[in-house]
Amino acid sequence: MPDITAPIARLDGVIKTYARLTALDGADLQIRRGELLALLGPNGAGKTTAIALLLGLIRADSGKVELFGQDPQHIDARRRIGVMLQNAALPPTLRVGELLRLTASYYPSPRPLAETAALAGIGELLPRPYAKLSGGQQRSVQFALALCGRPELLFLDEPTVGMDIEIRQKLWTAIRQLIAEGCSVLLTTHYLEEAEALADRVCVMAHGRMIHEGTVEALRSRVSLKRIRCISALDVELVRSWQHVTDVRRDNKRLHVTTAEAETIVRRLLDADAHLSELEVQRAGLAEAFTELTRDADQSSADPSSTTDQREAA
Amino acid sequence: MENVLSINDSTAASAMPWQRVFGAYVAEARSECLRYLRAPGFILPMLLFSTVFYLMFGVLLNHGEASRYLLASYSAFGIIGPGLFGFGVSLAIERDGGLLTLKRALPMPPGAYLLGKMAMAMIAATIVTVLLVLIGVFLAHVSLSVTQIAKLMLTGAFGVLPFCALGMLVGTLIKGQGAPGLLNLVYLPMAFLSGLWLPLSMLPHALQTIAPIWPSYHLNQLTLAAVGLNNGALLPHVLALAGYTIVFLLLAVRQLRRYG
Repeated sequence: MPDITAPIARLDGVIKTYARLTALDGADLQIRRGELLALLGPNGAGKTTAIALLLGLIRADSGKVELFGQDPQHIDARRRIGVMLQNAALPPTLRVGELLRLTASYYPSPRPLAETAALAGIGELLPRPYAKLSGGQQRSVQFALALCGRPELLFLDEPTVGMDIEIRQKLWTAIRQLIAEGCSVLLTTHYLEEAEALADRVCVMAHGRMIHEGTVEALRSRVSLKRIRCISALDVELVRSWQHVTDVRRDNKRLHVTTAEAETIVRRLLDADAHLSELEVQRAGLAEAFTELTRDADQSSADPSSTTDQREAA
Repeated sequence: MENVLSINDSTAASAMPWQRVFGAYVAEARSECLRYLRAPGFILPMLLFSTVFYLMFGVLLNHGEASRYLLASYSAFGIIGPGLFGFGVSLAIERDGGLLTLKRALPMPPGAYLLGKMAMAMIAATIVTVLLVLIGVFLAHVSLSVTQIAKLMLTGAFGVLPFCALGMLVGTLIKGQGAPGLLNLVYLPMAFLSGLWLPLSMLPHALQTIAPIWPSYHLNQLTLAAVGLNNGALLPHVLALAGYTIVFLLLAVRQLRRYG
């Protein structure tokens, strides 16, 4: 009896080591039908390994990996997924339409070519050789290849890298449309606003484990930080010296202050600068939450080497 | 991971009729041929190497029976190229560029990738053979019967396969742009040592003795037989080539499984 609440893909206590490096150290992940799960984490956190396991590209040392209740290396399981990897140099001399027809041929009941092209917004690119496209257009074509088989689960690994804002917005719209059709998506991204805009749930990884899993709201509320913005002539170093101030930076006339005690700091700012104007206070976004979470994880695992990666990811 | 996976979802949704699976193999082979036939930088060296040599040595510098002999050896030389380079270079580049990884993640039917490249190599080898036969018949005036031409074409189409396997093995050992160099280090000495450039009888005795260890030597015996210059038994050469194919293929597959 199919259970509709059962995860369609999962990792269960998975350990994977390469030579000296432990890429996954007891990783757990569940993707449910119809949701978009964003997998976040600094470089080297194990995201790529997690995806490679779910795609059947590598085997786990121990633990369980399932895709539609099957071993991902089983082709029947993979006939229900679509894949867009971070880098895949597609045959340069083939035309876009030929690439789509080839990939669609792998699936039992693919979308019609025109529907795929319309959904990915590449209708006018069909007759063009892949090598003649811009970087952003090539990414759009790779996205079209991922969805052409009418997949039930879509793996999107850093899909919008190299895309300009307009193409990125189009891709987001297409992803929302696919989810509305009942497709599930596993997304990895370095752009936290992307996760914020699309994800139902986020899963944050560090050091080969999942350190947080929940809704975007739940993740944001884990951090008590607020952002204060105002136009003020106050000295950055002075404000930085105040208690409860986590971070300060200046952007022309505007001062950006991050703090856990917004009320106290706002009062102090107003006292110190009578000419202060355009005051705004906002709850911190996913980016701050992410930075804080991974910093905690780094401290607990006492691995100083990964602090630079974390900034890159945020 | 053990085979104790529970099936919690119907697999009927993903059942694929055999006609569509067959269609996927055809689509893969078609794409593989198209992409390389459209890449002159890749296809022309494979076609021109042996034909230009044959024009120089078989037409301009030699006549008569020498041209017949050279047709056989340059055919062997020309047939090896698409196998080694068609397989080796493309595999090395596709492992490097992530295309192979994407194909392995996609539900491409098992073997379609290799069969596609095989089809491409067989077609390219056939084209080389046709060009050499045309030069031989019309420019070097080698008289060939229809049967002889057919035998040579057949040798070309299937004789390329052991070299596909060898190219594949080399392609699994090296990634990216270094492959052509390494393949030339295999191709050119092997061709020389098995008598494809100079007749074996002109080489030192020691090299003549070890010639049968090169797969290209056995292919050359078959092309010589096709044009009527070798009346010996052919089966040992066919078996030797089949043996090389299996050994290279097994080594390459093992390498791919281990290191991707």
